[in-house]
Amino acid sequence: MALAPPRPTIYEGTRIPAPIPTVLQVPRELREGEDILSVNFGPNHPSTHGVLRLVVDLNGEEVVGLAAVIGYLHTGFEKSMEQKTWWKAITYPERIDYVAFQYNELVFVLAIEKLLAIEVPPRATWMRMLLCELNRIHSHLVWLGTAALELGAISMFWYCFRERDRILDLFEMACGARMHTRYFQAGGLAEDVPPGFFDECAKFVELMPKAIDDYEGLVDRSPIWRERTKGIGLLSADDAIALGQSGPVLRGSGVDWDLRREQPYLAYDKVDFRVPVYPEGDVYARYRVRMDEMRESVRIVDQALRRMPGGRWIADDRKVVLPPREELHTSMESLIHHFKIVTEGYRVPEGEVYVAVESPRGEAGCYVVSDGGPRPWRVKFRAPSFVALEATATCMSNALVADMIAIVGSLDTVMGDCDR
Amino acid sequence: MNFNAVPGLVEVKQAHGETTLVVDPARLIEAALHLRDELGFNFLSDIAATDYLGWGGKGVSGSIATASGRDLNRPSTQGFQALPSLKPKRFAMNYHLLGVRAGAPRVRLQVWLDEDEPVPSVVRVWPTADWHEREAWDLMGVPIEGHPNLRRILMDDDWEGHPLRKDYPIGGEPVRFSGDE
Repeated sequence: MALAPPRPTIYEGTRIPAPIPTVLQVPRELREGEDILSVNFGPNHPSTHGVLRLVVDLNGEEVVGLAAVIGYLHTGFEKSMEQKTWWKAITYPERIDYVAFQYNELVFVLAIEKLLAIEVPPRATWMRMLLCELNRIHSHLVWLGTAALELGAISMFWYCFRERDRILDLFEMACGARMHTRYFQAGGLAEDVPPGFFDECAKFVELMPKAIDDYEGLVDRSPIWRERTKGIGLLSADDAIALGQSGPVLRGSGVDWDLRREQPYLAYDKVDFRVPVYPEGDVYARYRVRMDEMRESVRIVDQALRRMPGGRWIADDRKVVLPPREELHTSMESLIHHFKIVTEGYRVPEGEVYVAVESPRGEAGCYVVSDGGPRPWRVKFRAPSFVALEATATCMSNALVADMIAIVGSLDTVMGDCDR
Repeated sequence: MNFNAVPGLVEVKQAHGETTLVVDPARLIEAALHLRDELGFNFLSDIAATDYLGWGGKGVSGSIATASGRDLNRPSTQGFQALPSLKPKRFAMNYHLLGVRAGAPRVRLQVWLDEDEPVPSVVRVWPTADWHEREAWDLMGVPIEGHPNLRRILMDDDWEGHPLRKDYPIGGEPVRFSGDE
């Protein structure tokens, strides 16, 4: 039996701390001195994006030790979802990552559909893609606004939230709620797209590239912004893969990887888009990736608007999908189906699946186990924010206190997503 | 892709277009190294622990039954009457692996464990496993052997029990002030 060497150090020459990959420990020679100051950064701090707590050991201005403490926003979504029918459980995932809400909803719905082996009509697929790309822009706008705010560029926040509001208006138009839309159903969409939505969306597509130019004009040409982001928070490509990083953090480290292109889901194989990659691995590279991604998302939305198929918006499977409202007045059968789906819920065949999509924060995954009953046996989300925070210790080696804000911001974590 | 050379392989399952490799927990590290170095699964997406207590039965936490004892998991009225296939042990640890290269191959590495049976840590194979394994310990109570920092991660350090287990009651927060205090 060829047993591996006792302590294989595979990722040699990396900056990942050992033995604990997520904790930066104070070097012994420093620990014995008296200058090390341990500070609690958070959990209530405006630049921690929620309730992240970092226990930081400082040697003057320099960060020499770091441990991230999470769990302050743990709400037990996965446990709660086990108690609900599949139909009701769709409401939960979007509250997990409350900035990229459509993606968690999408990944859970895709997992149910994979178990049910149900066919989704093309209109629903394209509409899902359109809304998800709008949501990506929304998420990156929130990131840009808050990350720039933390580094002192206060005006960015207002400009970003101006455009963000227009996206929320579109969501409100499509499904009545500005956030947590619950617009995706197993089998398609909850309702058809309302009249006028595509016109409003086209206006947004026209406006957004100019807005992105404005943002770049505001921050990219600012020497302070470049000074505070370039060469900071370094993460090499090998380290990023070893630490399970995904999304803009991975692409900012020079790995050309995007699940939309590598394992196409929805209709991503039918649209034309570019995957931005920057090799520097610093905060600035992550910022560049997100800016470019917004432009690409606008392009995808534009293509989806032009090529949006007609037809039904939800599969016609009466054992899973609610019957059309108007049939309830005339058809006994439809009324029974409606009653059964709402009270007892539909049944999902036994099995286990793992589905992953490319969310604005990286690989958002969902592992679902069904025992053939009306409720999920186990739901587990692969939260990209959770994984992104594992990289804090590696990114933070040799950083200064002021860099810490920029680095935590550049990982773009949403604590609801992280703690679930 | 040929998985026959994976050390400790017990079973290869194909379902829903996904491949599951069941391996012997004692040889998990060898299997993980083989998958990473020989077959190129260099990216650990996720670790999901699952509790199968009461699988196929009724009366587990969260079952919605009526007073007469009818379990909505087993209705007499519509399909899926077959009992779910039995599981070998109570807990499953699922390691979702991905190869960061063309084709984006995915595979699920699965080990089965009894209650309190430890599983070796894969932190040295994929450093990202650190927090995932802490979460499996915290929420599901799967002991991880050889983990460098096995502490609770999402729950408080002094929390009792493991909330995602099926025998952990809903609303199971202990009452702080009982009659004795």
